[in-house]
Amino acid sequence: MENLINIFVKSIFIENMVFAYFLGMCSYLAVSKKVSTAAGLGIAVIFVLGITVPVDYLLENYVLKEGALAWLSPSLADVDLSFLSFIMFIAVIASMVQLVEMVVEKFAPVLYNQLGIFLPLIAVNCAILGGSLFMQQKQFVNIGEASVYGLGSGVGWFLAIVGIAAIREKIEYSNVPAPLKGLGITFIVTGLMGMAFMGFMGIKL
Amino acid sequence: MSEPLFSKKNLKLITDPLNNSNPITVQVLGICSALAVTAQLKPAVVMSISVMVVLAAANVIISLLRNTIPNRIRIIVQLVVIAALVILVDQVLKAYVYDVSKQLSVFVGLIITNCILMGRLEAFALGNRPWQSFLDGIGNGAGYAAILIIVGFFRELLGSGTIFGLRIIPESFYITNGGFYANNGMMILPPMALITVGVIIWVQRSRNRKLIEN
Repeated sequence: MENLINIFVKSIFIENMVFAYFLGMCSYLAVSKKVSTAAGLGIAVIFVLGITVPVDYLLENYVLKEGALAWLSPSLADVDLSFLSFIMFIAVIASMVQLVEMVVEKFAPVLYNQLGIFLPLIAVNCAILGGSLFMQQKQFVNIGEASVYGLGSGVGWFLAIVGIAAIREKIEYSNVPAPLKGLGITFIVTGLMGMAFMGFMGIKL
Repeated sequence: MSEPLFSKKNLKLITDPLNNSNPITVQVLGICSALAVTAQLKPAVVMSISVMVVLAAANVIISLLRNTIPNRIRIIVQLVVIAALVILVDQVLKAYVYDVSKQLSVFVGLIITNCILMGRLEAFALGNRPWQSFLDGIGNGAGYAAILIIVGFFRELLGSGTIFGLRIIPESFYITNGGFYANNGMMILPPMALITVGVIIWVQRSRNRKLIEN
């Protein structure tokens, strides 16, 4: 149990998707003009990450890894399909995103209209594929750890995008030098937020 | 095709992304990888070349297929083409530059979800002929490379005092050896990548004022 909490806290604060690895920057920059839209996308990302990471974990351990197919028949024990992992992961992600899109359209049409093109684009949000690839690299021992990692990374991303959206709403009214307006200042503010998040590195877990 | 291969219009496809429509600073595509691999110059260069190759090849393939792909499933088709190309690049990197491939870690795989690829495929390759798409791919790849190399150059120089791993600032300058200089350790940490790109945008937009946002 303690182990799971460690992974959760670590993936939110210390290894934050946005500030430590710059994953999902494209939608992070594009959808962070208003807090409400940002929060909607953030929740969608938590949801998709929370599903895809454990699914990809199962795929990795029962199909792709070297010797993973041994449960099917002993003769397959030295088949190594790990070179296929990119294409398999992206396929899982694309279909999950399609599913989320349908669910959101049915149950939250307002949010669906607000998110617009960015909902299908979650499929190409690097944070999602990044979550699965980091999961592969970290070699979690069971599916519980993988799910917690997925959820934690999603929450970290959510925090980051809601934070920057709140700051950008305020920046609208400040006197930023013309060439820095919009994109430039957003980058610099994100950098400063990243420095603040670096403070969490001191936590030993 | 009566148009010459390197007509003015075609050359513009290559030169435009270097400045006026730079994929990173203007179109805001492909930021993730651009920031993560630039703590040193060598991975930045390897990454730029990989993206350029994948982008040009994917643009050509999608452009060839553009009249046969059903509109509804085009995103999946694009992802499959890109993923296949990225697997190729990944295997080549692992075979020939293993140390850099280790350093890039997940970011080679993340070329698949690099928005430059999807963005250019959607915006250009789906509506243009293969040769133009090829040039567009090379041009955007070069624009991406330009930013990566600038960021990588400054981060490696100021952060570790080296360029491509070669020492530029002499050892004797350092405080530990009785000199006056110390590396700015902040430069190799993630936040400074963001700030460096912010400053690049600042410089570019103050030289090219029509890019300023309202």
